[in-house]
Amino acid sequence: MADNGRNAEGYGLLAPTLVVMGLALAAPLALMAITSLKDQSGIGFGQGWTLDEYGAVLGRASYRLLFLRSVAISAVVTLVTVALAYPMAYFVAFHARRKFFWLVALTIPFWTSYLLRVFAWKIILGFNGVINSGLMRLHLIDQPLGVLLYNPFAVVVTLAHAWAAFAILPIYVSLEKIDRSLLEAASDLGDSALRRFLRITLPLSMPGVIGAAVLIFVPTTGDFVTPSLVGGPAGTMIANLIEVQFNGVGNWPLGAALSLVSMAMVAVIAGLFVASARAAAKAVR
Amino acid sequence: MSFLSVSHVSKSFGGPPVVNDVSLEVMRGEFFALLGPSGCGKTTLLRMIAGFETPDSGAIVIDGEPMNTVPPHLRPTNMVFQSYAIFPHLNVFDNIAYGLRKLKLSKDRLRARVESMLATVRLEGLGNRASDQLSGGQRQRVALARALVREPKVLLLDEPLGALDKRLRETMQVELRAIQRKVGITFLLVTHDQEEALSLSDRVAVMHQGRILQVADPRTLYERPNCREVADFIGEMNFFHATVREIAGAGATVNAGLLGLITLPAANLAPGIKPDDHILLAIRPEHVRFAASGVAGDIAASTFLGERSHFHVRIPGRSEPVFVSGNAPPSGAVHLEFPPEKLIGLPIAD
Repeated sequence: MADNGRNAEGYGLLAPTLVVMGLALAAPLALMAITSLKDQSGIGFGQGWTLDEYGAVLGRASYRLLFLRSVAISAVVTLVTVALAYPMAYFVAFHARRKFFWLVALTIPFWTSYLLRVFAWKIILGFNGVINSGLMRLHLIDQPLGVLLYNPFAVVVTLAHAWAAFAILPIYVSLEKIDRSLLEAASDLGDSALRRFLRITLPLSMPGVIGAAVLIFVPTTGDFVTPSLVGGPAGTMIANLIEVQFNGVGNWPLGAALSLVSMAMVAVIAGLFVASARAAAKAVR
Repeated sequence: MSFLSVSHVSKSFGGPPVVNDVSLEVMRGEFFALLGPSGCGKTTLLRMIAGFETPDSGAIVIDGEPMNTVPPHLRPTNMVFQSYAIFPHLNVFDNIAYGLRKLKLSKDRLRARVESMLATVRLEGLGNRASDQLSGGQRQRVALARALVREPKVLLLDEPLGALDKRLRETMQVELRAIQRKVGITFLLVTHDQEEALSLSDRVAVMHQGRILQVADPRTLYERPNCREVADFIGEMNFFHATVREIAGAGATVNAGLLGLITLPAANLAPGIKPDDHILLAIRPEHVRFAASGVAGDIAASTFLGERSHFHVRIPGRSEPVFVSGNAPPSGAVHLEFPPEKLIGLPIAD
């Protein structure tokens, strides 16, 4: 009885979340799954059901290329962002005097819209942009560099900057939580600063690193604003293709199938990543 | 030549000195305690010996080697932390083996050393236990084993039993002492618990406001404290104001007001006390006797404790009661006797 009461209370507390999740996530997802199985006739749905779109998604080489490129770009973004965020989070957690000030300062880029930040990078990396004109003014180059914008590099730079705070904050929290006496104990037991970092600080901050990586990898794989604004043809990602299916050519079943396959792929990769990171943390002694 | 030598060490964290010109000599194999109330600087002193804090001035020498510029991970000391600092991501075995990995022992040698240390702290068979599944007492043992397995020259213990309940603390006191005898390593214990310090240690240094007041073996500390703070901190003590009349040969005559003129052994006076000095006469509750004649008083409160009882006796003309520990006297009006050989004279700090 007491258990039932507690269960009821638990569900009661969850109810608002469940309603929102049901209406805003599960229902659209189900709709998407249904759409992906419809057959396409002209610009509307036909009467029948088909798995053809999935065949196209998995079979066509150009789609596979886009999937691979999305995963690759987003993996590089994740790697770069976490690698750059870790030292910043480490500094704030262990060395900063005014932690609150630094945390606020690190989130300042988020006070402007995502779109503005992407455009800002366009201005920085562009043909007549800040970097090119700066280098030309310094006479280090006499032609603007074309390699800065409209390629995967620009996508990586823009996304890494855009998602930095999402990496810094979870890593900061996991570093901040580490009991400082553990670090002293490691030194006391003979560890140099580097060994101590590898054996204590890094493994104990792994939950934050994993959280940050998932938090960045999952949404960046599906991003279409950045690749469409700074990616150029070589920087196009899977989400751009999906967007075209829905808004451009009106092939909703194909767009839905692409979306679901890319979702499944991200889920599998994120799951594998979490499992391997856990195993790696355990292997450290 | 002492094994661990601390000479004229001072440390402040921007304010008044936390450790103020402290000097200490600890012998090889000794069980030495730093005893004092919280904030007296004992932990800071310990952390300076471990290398976690740097002295502002003074020198720390272990086994003839100056330590001042040696970083913590290269010092021949190991520490048992107050919080135990057990690594949460490692099991018991890996916690204990932590400090041995760098030695690159063979797998068998490593296992043998860890297993033998597990046996020493009586944790046989618990090597695979996850660190979050240990009781407080077990955590304490793991912390001890982890530090001891490196065979440090000096083992530093920061309030190691503070987090345990009373029963477990008493068991661990006995065990800690036995382990120290067995391994023969010099132990330096920091504690605010006088009972712990007295029962475990060969010698005790009493610290107060960053200074060491007295260094002595437990019996001397109890029977011959050299100042009021030490007397007060260790056990119970009754104090009476008195004036020294004369010191003649082996006897000293003092005017102790309500207690009258008393002649006590001159050796019972702290060094440096001269005739005409104002002093404190101190006597332990168990040395005050109920007698047929003597100083008259009334029992204000009594606590029955089994084989003994504690009494608060009011004496006319004195605001604080006299604390007496003994057997049940006739109730109500009593007479107290203060055996002169048990009275000690302490200087009044000015």
